[in-house]
Amino acid sequence: MGKRAYLHLEDGESIEGLAFGYKGDSQGEVVFSTGMTGYPQSLTDPSFAGQILTFTYPLMGNFGVPKPQLLHPHLMANLESEQIWVKGVIVTSHSQNPSHFEAMMTMDEWLNKEKVPGIVGIDTRALTLKLREKGVMKGVISTAPKKVDWLSIKIPTTIKDVSIKSTQTYKPKGKSKKTILLLDCGVKHGIIRALLKRNYTVIRIPHNYDVSKLKFSWDGVVISNGPGDPKDWTEAIAVVKDLLTQNKPIIGVCLGHQLLALAVGADTYKLPYGHRGINQPCQDVKTEKAYITSQNHGYAVNTATLPREFREWFINLNDGTNEGMRHKTRKIMSTQFHPEGNPGPFDTEWIFDLFGEVA
Amino acid sequence: MRIHQIIITLLSEVVTNFNLLVFLKNLSMKKVLNKVLLLGSGALKIGEAGEFDYSGTQAIKALKEEGKHIVLVNPNVATIQTSKGLADEIYFLPVTAYFVEKVISKEKPDGILLSFGGQTALNCGIELHKKGILKKHSVKILGTPVEAIMATEDRKIFAERLARIGLPTAKGKTVSSVKEGLTFAKQLGLPVMVRAGFALGGTGSGVATTTQKLEDLLTKAFASTSQVIIEESLYGWKEVEYEVLRDYDDNCITVCNMENFDPVGIHTGESIVVAPSQTLTDREYYSLRQTSIDVIRELKIIGECNIQFALNPRASEFRIIEVNARLSRSSALASKATGYPLAYVAAKLALGKTLPELRNLVTGKTSAYFEPALDYIVVKMPRWDLDKLNKVQGGIGSEMKSVGEVMSIGRSFPEAVQKAARMLNDGYEGVVDKNFSSESKDELLTKLKTSDTMRLFTICSALTKGVPLEEIAALTKIDNWFLNELSKICKLFIDLSKKPLTRTLLSDAKQLGFSDSQLATIYKEKEINIRKKRLQWNITPYIKRIDTMAGEFPAQTNYMYMTYHATKSDHQPEISYSSSELKAGREVTSKKYSSRLRSNNKIAVIGGGPYAIGTSVEFDWCAVNTVATARKMGWTTIMINCNPETVSTDFDYSDYLYFEELTLERVLDIFDVEHAPFIVSVGGQIPNNLAPKLADAKIPILGTSPTQIYRAEHRKTFSEILDRLGIPQPFWTKVETTKEAFREVERIGYPVLVRPSFVLSGKAMSLIYSEAELKEYASFIKLDSRQHSLVMSHFLEGACECDFDAVAQNGEIIISALSEHVEHGGVHSGDATLMLPAAKISPSNTQDMHQAAAKIIKELKVNGPVNIQFLIYQDEPYVIECNLRASRSFPFVSKTYDRNFISIATEIALGKKLKPITLTKTPPQAIKVSQFSFHKLRGADPVLRVEMSSTGEVAAFGQDPYEAYILGLMATGVKYPVKKAAFISLGGMKGKLAFLQSAKDLQRLGYELYATSGTALFLKEHNIQIKLVGKIYEGLHPTALDLFTDKLIDFAVVIPETTQEVVKDLVQKSYSDGYMMRRWAIDLSIPLFTNAESARFFVRAIKMYTPDRLTVKSWNEWVSQK
Repeated sequence: MGKRAYLHLEDGESIEGLAFGYKGDSQGEVVFSTGMTGYPQSLTDPSFAGQILTFTYPLMGNFGVPKPQLLHPHLMANLESEQIWVKGVIVTSHSQNPSHFEAMMTMDEWLNKEKVPGIVGIDTRALTLKLREKGVMKGVISTAPKKVDWLSIKIPTTIKDVSIKSTQTYKPKGKSKKTILLLDCGVKHGIIRALLKRNYTVIRIPHNYDVSKLKFSWDGVVISNGPGDPKDWTEAIAVVKDLLTQNKPIIGVCLGHQLLALAVGADTYKLPYGHRGINQPCQDVKTEKAYITSQNHGYAVNTATLPREFREWFINLNDGTNEGMRHKTRKIMSTQFHPEGNPGPFDTEWIFDLFGEVA
Repeated sequence: MRIHQIIITLLSEVVTNFNLLVFLKNLSMKKVLNKVLLLGSGALKIGEAGEFDYSGTQAIKALKEEGKHIVLVNPNVATIQTSKGLADEIYFLPVTAYFVEKVISKEKPDGILLSFGGQTALNCGIELHKKGILKKHSVKILGTPVEAIMATEDRKIFAERLARIGLPTAKGKTVSSVKEGLTFAKQLGLPVMVRAGFALGGTGSGVATTTQKLEDLLTKAFASTSQVIIEESLYGWKEVEYEVLRDYDDNCITVCNMENFDPVGIHTGESIVVAPSQTLTDREYYSLRQTSIDVIRELKIIGECNIQFALNPRASEFRIIEVNARLSRSSALASKATGYPLAYVAAKLALGKTLPELRNLVTGKTSAYFEPALDYIVVKMPRWDLDKLNKVQGGIGSEMKSVGEVMSIGRSFPEAVQKAARMLNDGYEGVVDKNFSSESKDELLTKLKTSDTMRLFTICSALTKGVPLEEIAALTKIDNWFLNELSKICKLFIDLSKKPLTRTLLSDAKQLGFSDSQLATIYKEKEINIRKKRLQWNITPYIKRIDTMAGEFPAQTNYMYMTYHATKSDHQPEISYSSSELKAGREVTSKKYSSRLRSNNKIAVIGGGPYAIGTSVEFDWCAVNTVATARKMGWTTIMINCNPETVSTDFDYSDYLYFEELTLERVLDIFDVEHAPFIVSVGGQIPNNLAPKLADAKIPILGTSPTQIYRAEHRKTFSEILDRLGIPQPFWTKVETTKEAFREVERIGYPVLVRPSFVLSGKAMSLIYSEAELKEYASFIKLDSRQHSLVMSHFLEGACECDFDAVAQNGEIIISALSEHVEHGGVHSGDATLMLPAAKISPSNTQDMHQAAAKIIKELKVNGPVNIQFLIYQDEPYVIECNLRASRSFPFVSKTYDRNFISIATEIALGKKLKPITLTKTPPQAIKVSQFSFHKLRGADPVLRVEMSSTGEVAAFGQDPYEAYILGLMATGVKYPVKKAAFISLGGMKGKLAFLQSAKDLQRLGYELYATSGTALFLKEHNIQIKLVGKIYEGLHPTALDLFTDKLIDFAVVIPETTQEVVKDLVQKSYSDGYMMRRWAIDLSIPLFTNAESARFFVRAIKMYTPDRLTVKSWNEWVSQK
């Protein structure tokens, strides 16, 4: 039998389970994701930085963890970044005997290797229902049953960690059609791959990059996804404001959508328990076409605060929250969901095509 | 891609016009569509079971909400969809183009739905379209256009269409002759997969490893189809399915994906299936999902469709195996697995609704356009009943043989798989069982080389015996992940067998799905003691809800399951008891407690469990009607069932649905939470068998008391009651040894009906005609091993059998119906043809039976449904059986009399005082005809015996029993004779004499009659012209087989000498010529009669009625006449 572990929650509850992965303590915001597949992608998604992730699906790790493959020194072929970003993992069970021809190690081994603690044997449905009722909260995974001094627990800001330190250029395999500037706030590599697939050259710049320093021209800008409260990304918002003056096509994805919204004067707010899953239904407000999307966000844009020159592009069919916006005349657009999937469906991958057309 | 975007941009630019288009489309749909014709699937058969009652019933619900007038054609009388208050007009007629056209010209519907009645409805729809009938009557096909249906049904077009969008299907070719097939297979290289087009459940399909096997398969396939496809064999690949929805506006979702435990090569209906997929990576999952959507878009399907994939387990490579452009067994499973009402939504889409405008019925708030997230695992397991059939081949493969299935829900695979094994109600306590472990390692490995129905259990036995997992994987091609999960169970089983039971061990065992009874067997304890210990240790299951969204949004519905992988229940009912009362729980037997329970106004109904031979959709009808009546009376209802092919497991039919095991343990668990009394009389044999155990556990049961159920079930007690009441019964006795058997048979006299006192398998019950047979039989069942006894009863030969169905209150009959069997006693009542009202019983016999029934019912203080079976022998009625529960014929009698017997029984159970109901109106003449699935069961002898072998039933109404019979037979797939030719083989003098008059009638009707030597000689002596044909082995051409293969005859009458012949075959496993002829008739789809009474009835019927004279009347018209 494994070692005992505890999940201490901000509301005072302590849940006992068994430790797996790295044997150590960890703290973060406890969130849940309803995706049934794609734990390797989720765990490496930088948007989860600072969070302890609960998987609602009770059977994790069945197909193991693939051997990380590189497309480029700074681009993963089969994961969303070079490392696990979640602070901790909460599961009902995980497989010690994964079965897949691509599997290289178990989820347990991977978490251990990446020094991420996990807790297993948790009723993740009960925990999810609690988070749904009470909202996401701080939590601690610990091997000690002792009570936590919550005042001392601060969820660290993750901005510096997730964004790239220096500019990176990615060339497509084919003849480059366009050059896209990617403002990296913790980009999922899936976005870069989606752009490369369309034969765009991608220049990935740090979140606080001084764009006036750029020595070349570009055809469009992608503002990436990323973790945390968009309002904390003050430097990135400043960069977006700068980019907006340049009259080039811009697309924001997830956090990028929120940053764009803040930059144009709209407001964002925290959702009680966020949208984390790969089955989120969104509808194009104009065409009434609906799409299944992959999502991972805890904040949303307040539709009522959108400036007059923007219109709502997509809405979430479940709760009616904003899922995207478009400028009425300029080539500026953004989506709250992830058109690149990974994990999840590719229903909205055409948005990258649309962006490419206008860029 | 570009065009796609341009369209999107265009559409968004001209948004006002676009909305106008949608508006106009909706407007035009509403204007044209008032009356909708819905086709059902007919009787339950292998490949088409109760799942189409579920889909049809949901479609009706959806149509009603839209205010449509619904006309339903479905002869399956036991279904919920053919009940009052659903469709506006119901026709109990064959689902064939001929009859549907008659209904169309009479009802003049505006639209027709083809995708809710299985392959039967789809084929009928295609025929209606091809014959131009729909066009002629301006009937619009709603939902998926017929071209799309035809593209999925014709494998050549299908492969071409998919190739067009660059999607891979298995490499293969359509061939139209055996020779062409052999040539192509040579090119492709063996093994190859053989598939017959337009086949229900894959008849004539299979993997051919040798040229000989290929030739056999091809011959069989070409007997029923003109097109056969030969493909590369993908044996060993993973089989994965997706359920896809698409609306008029091109919005698509995949509602569920499922992974087969067994690899490609085992029919998905024969395979254990899990949902969602377990071993697929995100990339695999979503690329197959995208492909599914590409396919549904390319084919322009509107509504639901099922797509099957083969996925290479060793490389990123897949093939599309099949697309079903209709609701299917898999879609029913997916609906239950996810809580997403696929059929309901598909019907709405067919009417022109779009997915985004529909709501998720579970949350009530969110959109129906979404893909369910599961936070549990679902395991589907097939239920076979091959043991009940004589001579059937036992292996499983690419053809479907299972008769039903169960679905279990858990939060780990071991938990769910062990639950499923118990749900089968086939004697398994879980996947490891001491009973299976007697075989040696080598024996087990040999067994694993071929696939059979015991595969799962054999694997677990092998794992407990220490066979390496890799070895099993190599033999079975089952993914290591599944085998690893099973080995967890096996490891714990070994641990449990060695160590004393501790709290930790018990808790682990429960999480791995071990039942109390399984643990009781391991620890040689009583089940109840394990339970006590478990409760002491506070190890109880938790209740979780299925909410379609993994907890993200609250469910408004109560669709629930129980699990040990939890620390908190989603549902904790408020109970109005004091804590001491609660603690005392079931020990409180006082009247006060019962009345408190009643005042709670809550009841729990135990459903019928999996479909099997003998338990079919009729018990689902009973269970659904019970909850419906109770709800109407203001009671809160709880339904417990585990069969995904049912209406009762739709979450909106009851207030609380427990998709759970029907075991004592689980039912007690539910009682401990809900404190609701049970109704056990409407779900068939499973709840009936639970009744005494529940009574022992002091659980309140509504209706007839369990003590009385025991008195009726216990043979000796019941027999004594009959004697005391002066009611005749056939003489019977119980023996322990062969010697005793011979002594007793002297007293009883031959023929004698024998039945072992234990349930080994169905085929142990038999009719014995001679000493030699008795001797053989006794050694066959190992009578002298003294493990069990044998009940022998006098068989009343040539007796007329009757079924008396009634509902009583406190021993007084409230309503009753008497039906008469066409076949003489000796044919199981579930296989027999029933006439209602009885057509030929004398008034004095009728009176006698009524009086006898009244006495029994009074004696047993019956308070609910009851069924008594009589034999009329030499003008005197004998009682042969009495069941204090609803019988198979309850829906039939209810619909014929237009009185819901189950509603009445429910009112009684809930304490409403009723007065006896006198049926003043004469009901229409109805007949219930059984549906057999022998064509799906290779080798099975299609003779009607004392053991039941039918899988379903239909009913028909007529001006007399003959008209009803011919309609009923046609509804089971018999074609009305057109060639005017028949083959006759009559065994024994009795058989010959019995059919003589009918043969004369046939001759007078101008029939060409063929017979083999014995029969020919006899008939010639009676001046009947006969064409002599050779027996199959005589080599004298033409043989009977030639007649069948060349389709020279309309039907065959092959009556065995007596059932003697059948017994001999059973015991000696020999193959008589009669058997060969019967079997070939089945394999070559020739209507076959093996019983003299039904054959005579049929001849009389065709003499009286030609097809054009058959009445086309709705149920309303029949029951309201006069």
